[in-house]
Amino acid sequence: MKALVWHGTTDIRCDSVPDPEIEDGRDAIIKVTSCAICGSDLHLYDHFMPGMKSGDIMGHETMGEVVEVGRDNKALKVGDRIVVPFTITCGQCDQCRRGNFSVCERSNRNKALGDTAFGHTTAGLFGYTHLTGGYAGGQAEYLRVPMADSTHIKVPTGIPDEKLLFLSDIFPTGWQGAVQCDIQPTDTVVNWGCGPVGQMAIRSAILLGAKRVIAIDRVPERLAMAEAGGAEVINYDEEPNIVGRLNDMTDGKGPEKCIDSVGLEAHAAGAIDAVYDRAKQAMMLETDRVHVLRQMIMVCRPAGVLSIPGVYGGIADKFPIGALMNKGLTVRTGQTHVNRWSGDLLRRIEEGQIDPSFVITHTVGLEDGPAMYRTFRDKQDGCIKVVIRP
Amino acid sequence: MSGVPTRPNPTRGASGRPVHSGYERLATGLGFFSIGLGLAELLATRPLCRTLGLEGRENLVRAYGARELATGVAILMSHDPTPWIYGRVGGDALDLATMATAFDGDEGQKTNMMLAAVAVAGVTALDIACATGLTADKRLSPPGTYDYSDRSGFPRSPRAMTGAAADFDTPSDFRVPDPLRPWQDGRPAAGTSLATDASTP
Repeated sequence: MKALVWHGTTDIRCDSVPDPEIEDGRDAIIKVTSCAICGSDLHLYDHFMPGMKSGDIMGHETMGEVVEVGRDNKALKVGDRIVVPFTITCGQCDQCRRGNFSVCERSNRNKALGDTAFGHTTAGLFGYTHLTGGYAGGQAEYLRVPMADSTHIKVPTGIPDEKLLFLSDIFPTGWQGAVQCDIQPTDTVVNWGCGPVGQMAIRSAILLGAKRVIAIDRVPERLAMAEAGGAEVINYDEEPNIVGRLNDMTDGKGPEKCIDSVGLEAHAAGAIDAVYDRAKQAMMLETDRVHVLRQMIMVCRPAGVLSIPGVYGGIADKFPIGALMNKGLTVRTGQTHVNRWSGDLLRRIEEGQIDPSFVITHTVGLEDGPAMYRTFRDKQDGCIKVVIRP
Repeated sequence: MSGVPTRPNPTRGASGRPVHSGYERLATGLGFFSIGLGLAELLATRPLCRTLGLEGRENLVRAYGARELATGVAILMSHDPTPWIYGRVGGDALDLATMATAFDGDEGQKTNMMLAAVAVAGVTALDIACATGLTADKRLSPPGTYDYSDRSGFPRSPRAMTGAAADFDTPSDFRVPDPLRPWQDGRPAAGTSLATDASTP
């Protein structure tokens, strides 16, 4: 089959690879009908996340049709249409039973690596380094879904892929980013980063009833899309003093809730700490650039909430822990517990409350995938979200 | 309502696919060139200095070789070669300045130095073209180039959709503790235990 394969830094190719096979009785194989490039895939493309090996298949936003089912899998049958959550979940461990699916205790088959990297293992992920299991990803013609009897979202026919695909990651991730804020009708919510997750977080905050949503980015078309979704926007290229501006917009008190939809590759033109982060990252003295987190901590109203759906991978520096502690901020973060929200979000899509396909700007075949990684990374061609149809 | 995109995806190329310039490939070529030149300066320092009339400056040439080697490796290893290509432009200027001070050898050496200077000037032009090209590749589009103003994702205006998911019950593990919840009109917000306490005589 054809698949997008990681070969090294900024080197992704459309290769011919062996078809996946059933390896365990709970598995299923799907024929991929749609998949997408995620912003967090760019951390692998740029090789900021450790743990990739040449030959790894990319992709963790995938849906398709079941074509083969393992003998112990009683939940699925051939012909079922499913969206595949990016987190692999056993559905049986203590964490899964509590709904903490993204920290499933059993699905990371490289548990020792996960333990070393994070203290305790987190869930296995599709196409996202050997720290999270080294599972083949879904930017391919076929995908083996491990523990498929619990790692799936069954979806009805009659709704196009484009409306459903993002149940795999960015819609529930943006949703959880907003839910973690426990949004009240009096809240001003600020979202940093207007990429796909940020766009979903903005809409989620609106649906959940925020009084006001403010979005920060520098890419004009992303700001335009955020504005279309109901956000007031700030272009940080034009307004470098984000903390001052947000304080001005909130009577000097700061926003109650802050969402980081950026993650470890934050940058800001001219900001001293951002330059410092770039230099330290280039010298491998830190892995994560936390410019956004610094701003969030400094501007958030005391006793406010910081929600962090943006992906971080390792070690950061110059983290204002004093402000975080003294202001009594609540921090909520984590990879998304997709299955916890998928039923509710599917209903909202079916009822027409939201149509997540608004974010799609490019639809291509697998062979154009490598070029689209670069287009997406460089924010060229108006690119906000790439869907691939194998 | 914003649904499946109804207009063609924005593209720049006539083929309907995004078009990339060749500057990244040029950067890769310059990276390999930098490594080759660096190795030559490090491993064949004496013959090189003799040919160019740079006798007595062997250590300087070795230092330049180390610089070339490091820059070349950085260009090839980095996810973004742009700053390293700009670094090469600076190195080229240094090379040309050094060469300008060394036109005092015999006629043969002067000719060799002239040829070398012309070659370095040519590579400098390539470096500048590459650096400016890479920078242009990453330049953001001016506001209004792509109109996404119709992409709300909602069936009605965002204002009308505010609170449409009020039926959602935030799980208890994601709720903010009552003492940290926002106040409303100078009092604890309705529904919190603090509000209940406050209303208790």
